[in-house]
Amino acid sequence: MPDRPLFLERASFRRRRLGDAARVLPVLALVAILLPVWWLPAGVSLAFGAVWLFGTWAVLIVLVWALHRGLMRAEAATRQAHAQAAPEDEKDGAGDAL
Amino acid sequence: MRRPRQRTKKTGPAMPFETLVAGSLAYVALMFAVAFAADRAAARGRAGWLDHPLIYTLSLSVYCSAWTFYGAVGYASRSGLEFATIYLGPTIVFTGAWWGLRRLVRIARMHHVTSVADLISARFGKSNRLAALITLIAVIAATPYVALQLQSVSLSFEVFATDAPRAAVIGGPAGGTALWVAAGLALFAIIFGTRNLAADERHHGVVTAIALEAVVKLLAFLAVGVFVVWGLAEGPVDMLDRVARAGRDPAVAEGWLLRPDRWTALIVVSGAAILTLPRMFQVMVVEASDEDRLRVAGWAFPAYLFAMSFFVLPIAVMGQELLPDANPDLYVLTLPADAGQNLLAFLVFLGGFSAATSMVVVSAIALATMISNHWLVPAWLALRRRPGGEDADRDLRGLILNARRLAIVAVLGAGWVYHQASGGSVALASMGLVAFTGMAQVLPAMLGGLLWRGANRRGAFAGVGLGSGLWLALIFLPSVGIGQMPLLPGGIDPLAFAIFLSLSLNTLAFVGLSIFGFPDPVERLQGLSFVSAVEPVRPRSPARAEDRAEPLLAMARRVWGPDEALRFFRAEAAAQGKSGYLPDPTPDFLTRLERRLAGAIGAATAHAMIDRVAGGVALTVADLMQVASEARRAKEETRRLESARAELARTAGQLREANDKLTALSVQKDAFLGQISHELRTPMTSIRAFSDIMKTPDLSEAERRNFAGIIHQEAGRLTRLLDDLLDLSVLESGQARLSVSAVNLHDLIGRAVQAASATRPERSFTLDRDMPSEHLGVITDADRLLQVLINVVTNARKYCDAERPVLTIRVHRRAGGGAVIEIADNGRGIDRARQSLIFEKFSRLNDPARAGGAGLGLAICREIMTVLGGDIAYLPGQGGAAFRIVLPPHPGAAGRSVGTAGSP
Repeated sequence: MPDRPLFLERASFRRRRLGDAARVLPVLALVAILLPVWWLPAGVSLAFGAVWLFGTWAVLIVLVWALHRGLMRAEAATRQAHAQAAPEDEKDGAGDAL
Repeated sequence: MRRPRQRTKKTGPAMPFETLVAGSLAYVALMFAVAFAADRAAARGRAGWLDHPLIYTLSLSVYCSAWTFYGAVGYASRSGLEFATIYLGPTIVFTGAWWGLRRLVRIARMHHVTSVADLISARFGKSNRLAALITLIAVIAATPYVALQLQSVSLSFEVFATDAPRAAVIGGPAGGTALWVAAGLALFAIIFGTRNLAADERHHGVVTAIALEAVVKLLAFLAVGVFVVWGLAEGPVDMLDRVARAGRDPAVAEGWLLRPDRWTALIVVSGAAILTLPRMFQVMVVEASDEDRLRVAGWAFPAYLFAMSFFVLPIAVMGQELLPDANPDLYVLTLPADAGQNLLAFLVFLGGFSAATSMVVVSAIALATMISNHWLVPAWLALRRRPGGEDADRDLRGLILNARRLAIVAVLGAGWVYHQASGGSVALASMGLVAFTGMAQVLPAMLGGLLWRGANRRGAFAGVGLGSGLWLALIFLPSVGIGQMPLLPGGIDPLAFAIFLSLSLNTLAFVGLSIFGFPDPVERLQGLSFVSAVEPVRPRSPARAEDRAEPLLAMARRVWGPDEALRFFRAEAAAQGKSGYLPDPTPDFLTRLERRLAGAIGAATAHAMIDRVAGGVALTVADLMQVASEARRAKEETRRLESARAELARTAGQLREANDKLTALSVQKDAFLGQISHELRTPMTSIRAFSDIMKTPDLSEAERRNFAGIIHQEAGRLTRLLDDLLDLSVLESGQARLSVSAVNLHDLIGRAVQAASATRPERSFTLDRDMPSEHLGVITDADRLLQVLINVVTNARKYCDAERPVLTIRVHRRAGGGAVIEIADNGRGIDRARQSLIFEKFSRLNDPARAGGAGLGLAICREIMTVLGGDIAYLPGQGGAAFRIVLPPHPGAAGRSVGTAGSP
């Protein structure tokens, strides 16, 4: 019995932290794409710039993919924990995802 | 699809005009077939795979119009990496898909929003004028953009069909081609975009066809890229060298130098465009069945954009190297054609055709929805408005659909006219940016409306109006050759300047007027609903409501058609617990009806129509307060219900326990009755048997006496049993009368030992008593206590199986008064498992014959002790059977001094 609330807490905690990461990611993306051009416009205009730009872009896509994957798993875990704990514990700990 | 290609190959490098037309027509026919099949599948309810997130993601690629397909390479050859801003903006927006875009889609779907103008109008108090203004901006921005798509198709057509692909000349039969394309696209949009007036405005056919086109254009573009990097160049390293070499040319290097202001401005504008462009809003929000598609699209759409951009720079560099005189906007097509790769060139042609057509179709549908919902239908309703009349017989559905068809034709017609008038002389890239910057003016109002409850309609009007005015003056008109962009000192980029100026003044005006304005109640209600993402509730209208259901049904029928309207009304009536088709016009029902209607005709019109029919009155601040207090009351009611529910659950638990106890008692009672019957029957049987025998005449006197003795004995047993039962029932019912007196325990114990010695007199017991301590006075019922003592001592005499039986009796004074009597023998004692049973009725540990009793003795003892306020318990671990009898100082002191668990 004491395992369940612990599991529930863990799942929703993890989901919330991933949600925080999802909020930070656009800022990170903006900084990663704007700053180099602000500082070194000449350095990133040609061949090196192309490598830098597409590299950053690919990393961003992979990050979003990993984040969404993690969030979906965390949500599934939370749902599962909720479903298991529902008969005993009816409090809605997590709230709605945005 | 196959045939034209094979013929292409046979006919050599140049492609005959007819072949090209045939190939294009086959492709177009395929698109019609796919759209038709998807619509049919959806109509039959088999929309499963049509709702796949992948289809949704591919449909988003309508962002990559012909401007991307052809124009990005041209842009890159002029400005280098700057072309990527157009795709980086959306990528950054999509990194926030999880919380940002999903929220947008959820709120839009909650309000059945039909377009970006409808979203903003619904947020700002269902103002149709605001929606009309945004529609105007959208139409102004989109017309050149549509013209651009038509131009790209006709240009590519021309390049392909002539024998000299290098000469990308403008003119000739271009106008004719563009006209044909425009007409075909209008037909497609009308057939699949205005088939029905769905409440949720989804077009499966169009979306599926677009998804297929997205695959075609991606494959085509990647094919060209691979051909350029590995066919014309010698792999990626060589390609990078070529890029570096191109950068050494000072003219190129100057154009390619990234400028921080432009870089930032264009990323902002393209990020705004992905949210506000009518076609993007259509596929991303309106066509989404729910916000969960964005979980996949969040990374898949940036990946699509990445793939579409990856080869842009290589193609541009290669084009400049190999075809320095050709139009850079057509390198994608001319590079493979020049190299004799006609098959690849045809694929590219189809890709470009796909990009252009999907953009035009979705734009036309989105703009037509906006035009019909915010211009034509409100105007028509205003013109037809007769005092008191509801002209219920007119079919609004046909009117709305025809308005949309007209709008589609008008949008495409305007695009074609613009294309003809401009002579196709404008560089492809600039028109796309003009449209982006125009629609970006809607962004502050949109974001503010979704995130800030204080945003109001006047602020939105001011912001959008000012921003779009600046856009017209600084960007749009110069782009069509009227006036020119401002000349700025110090090398400030005019476009970046115009973007920053218009967007920041737009935002300032929006925020400023919102701060100093006071929104009307409808607006405040909508603001709450949008910002907090809660279901909107229409405030209770004080008008007489009962007789309004039928006019409402009539009105809904006019918009949705009879079947759909009846279905909705019956479901609503059923939800209210009514039969038939007429639900009560409750606020909830009216809210749902209005939102469903808004899904077809826009929030502002739906609101106006319901107000007209349901007799709504102008909403006042007092109504808002009422809504607020109703919400609070509902919350309190919910809390009250919850506590009542917990109370009920508790009571139910108690009842369940009581019921269990009763059931157990009933079982016990049945067992008890069965036992009694059995106990009574045994002596009865022997009495009957022996009295029968005694009836026989030849019976000796000795025998007769013997049998009579048995009968007497059995009758005595019967009597004892009945006495015991009576005793027990008196004790259990609590009606036992106590005759309380002061007694000396020593006397009592002595009498009990004496009385018990009649049992099994043949056995000699050693008595171990502590005489001095026995002289203890208690106030109790002496006869009852004696009964208990006799019973316990008798039991010891009966069951003690020791060779030399010893009976130990000890008496102690209790701390709080009263006494404890312990009686123990030195036999085997009682098994642990059965210790709990001995005080139950009819529990006999050994065989009944040996015990010779009914098994009621200890049960009676316990009852007596309970009545006396004391307790009797078995003491385990005393080396034999041992009982402890606890006595209070006097019977009334039970609860305080003894604390026994007490009565059964």
